[in-house]
Amino acid sequence: MSILINKDTRVMTQGMTGKVGQFHTLHSKNYANGVNCFVAGVTPGKAGQSYEGIPVFNSVAEAKAQTGATVSVIYVPPPYAAAAIDEAVEAGLELVICITEGIPVMDMLRTRYKMQGKKTLLIGPNCPGVITPDEIKIGIMPGHIHRKGGIGVVSRSGTLTYEAVWQLTQLGYGQSSCVGIGGDPINGLKHLDVMKMFNDDPATDAVVMVGEIGGSDEEECARWIRGNMKKPVVGFIAGVTAPPGKRMGHAGAIISGGQGSAMVKLAVMEECGIHITRNPAEMGKTMKAVLRR
Amino acid sequence: MKIHEYQAKEILRQYAIPTPRGKVCFSVEEAVAAATEIGGALWVVKAQIHAGGRGKGGGVKVARSLNEVHEHAGEILGMKLVTHQTGAAGQMVRCLLIEEGMHIVREFYVAFVVDRSKQRVVLIASSEGGMEIEQVAAKSPNKIHKVWIDPVAGLTDAEADGVAKKIGLVGVHGALERNRGFFCLQSLYRAFVEKDATLAEINPLVLTGDGRVIALDAKFSFDSNALYRHPEIVAYRDLSEEDPNEIEASKFDLSYIALDGNIGCLVNGAGLAMATMDIIKLYGGAPANFLDVGGGASKEKVAEAFKLMLKNPKLRAILVNIFGGIMRCDVIAEGVVAAVRETHLNVPLIVRLEGTNVDLGKKILAESGLAIIAANDMADAAKKVVAAARGKQ
Repeated sequence: MSILINKDTRVMTQGMTGKVGQFHTLHSKNYANGVNCFVAGVTPGKAGQSYEGIPVFNSVAEAKAQTGATVSVIYVPPPYAAAAIDEAVEAGLELVICITEGIPVMDMLRTRYKMQGKKTLLIGPNCPGVITPDEIKIGIMPGHIHRKGGIGVVSRSGTLTYEAVWQLTQLGYGQSSCVGIGGDPINGLKHLDVMKMFNDDPATDAVVMVGEIGGSDEEECARWIRGNMKKPVVGFIAGVTAPPGKRMGHAGAIISGGQGSAMVKLAVMEECGIHITRNPAEMGKTMKAVLRR
Repeated sequence: MKIHEYQAKEILRQYAIPTPRGKVCFSVEEAVAAATEIGGALWVVKAQIHAGGRGKGGGVKVARSLNEVHEHAGEILGMKLVTHQTGAAGQMVRCLLIEEGMHIVREFYVAFVVDRSKQRVVLIASSEGGMEIEQVAAKSPNKIHKVWIDPVAGLTDAEADGVAKKIGLVGVHGALERNRGFFCLQSLYRAFVEKDATLAEINPLVLTGDGRVIALDAKFSFDSNALYRHPEIVAYRDLSEEDPNEIEASKFDLSYIALDGNIGCLVNGAGLAMATMDIIKLYGGAPANFLDVGGGASKEKVAEAFKLMLKNPKLRAILVNIFGGIMRCDVIAEGVVAAVRETHLNVPLIVRLEGTNVDLGKKILAESGLAIIAANDMADAAKKVVAAARGKQ
């Protein structure tokens, strides 16, 4: 088991004819069961073409009808990415993973509003994607650092997630699924949503939760964990040294009006029973210590 | 992206929100001429810098004669204005806004921002104008009113009227001010949405003795991801208000923020870059900067990143921390070697590489003949760079 995606998931790439879309679709196709999972691409006006044997369709609805794909991954450039999400939602897909970085906030507000009451789940935007090791990789993460196992990973970052995963793998702890929820202020699934899924997933024994400055999602997740989580959670928050009012690379990584600081997040997480570490080199070690108790 | 108060007021006027009559000036002579043109017997001389808290720092002064306009303009222009948002070094004042003075009866606070957790634009309004909203929130949260706005319906008449009533936007003329306040709220919301703002704040919105509702001060910030569709906002950019190194970095698509420490760090990915700063601090050092070279760094980008860090006279050591995913470690290693040679690097350099093609990357560094200190993991790298920075001091 795993969460969100597995070897039976069928995926379409929105924006597959672009350079970025092609590069990552190829790498994803070459990972584990990818050759069976990646069944379609979507680029308006380019139906009939194909890439690496994957057929291109004009619309998400058409790709879904022709191939049975229920998940899409988006590499469409920022000005058109929100519309690409809207199209996938209207076509009734189960899951949309939006990798694109740089979508205007106002576009995402409208898209999230339209998603109310719809069944489609959104991961991202501005995220590395989701991987279920040895089964399927949807996104831009390096597959080879992962190993199948029982640790769930949820994070707002890209490379910092790889760091956490690599520490786990080196210590012999494989992962059930790793979910990058993205660094934008307005996004789809939050730490809390993913944490609930890991809690319900029989293949997940424990979770590493990686957060960063900005917003209050980590705090909300921590408060839920206190009363509901059946599995141990290890946590790290990046940005203890970040100055207030400055956007630290990610659009969502900003401490504003005294809110969203790493110290506050860590304090709430600790109070809620999360095994926090302030050392990003010790996320794996902390998990090892927790599981050995 | 931030803009000046006088630019924010230009936007307000485009949306028919009343502002005091005023003029932007770049010299004392222009200031006196502007005051003469505006007329009356009361003026306000306001420093135009991007940081808030200008009044407390001595950047906003009332003048009761043209002589006083002359005097205040002379004092404020060219001063290094220090506020809680500028840092200790302060910000040089290069331009002024001269405005007519107002007979103020009451002050209000109104602003629109994006509420991340509710995923809506929220209107924040308070009867306590002229203060920082964070202070009002701490002292008297019951005086803050919020309305989360439906993106399709917009700010409705009933919502705008309700808020105007709640904050007491009613004076001698009663309903009239409320209507004007209500109009301001809806217009400001339209400006916020149409200009892709992340903050639109009028503080204070004032009620004058003659029953007018006027935006006395205004602040806008804009979504940098949406600037591609707003050339008119990009035209407002004032580079003299920004850190020159950050401007240089943005030309090369590097994300750079200067900090107070002496250890430069070059990292791929924003989260890992923050974590690298954190671990330097944890091991007793102080980061000199945040620097994210992004997912697709080329040799040239790495070289530019080194040049940026080396501009800092406090720099004592550099830590390169790369987790290669899409980015290959061998490409980074080649970039680092080239940058070290090109810049004649004279501070210790610690490099930690992990991920795709890591062995090849390490080999390139080892065979370069350069004095590069290799690190095995983040903790090892942090310890080594902190020790190296101390050794040099």
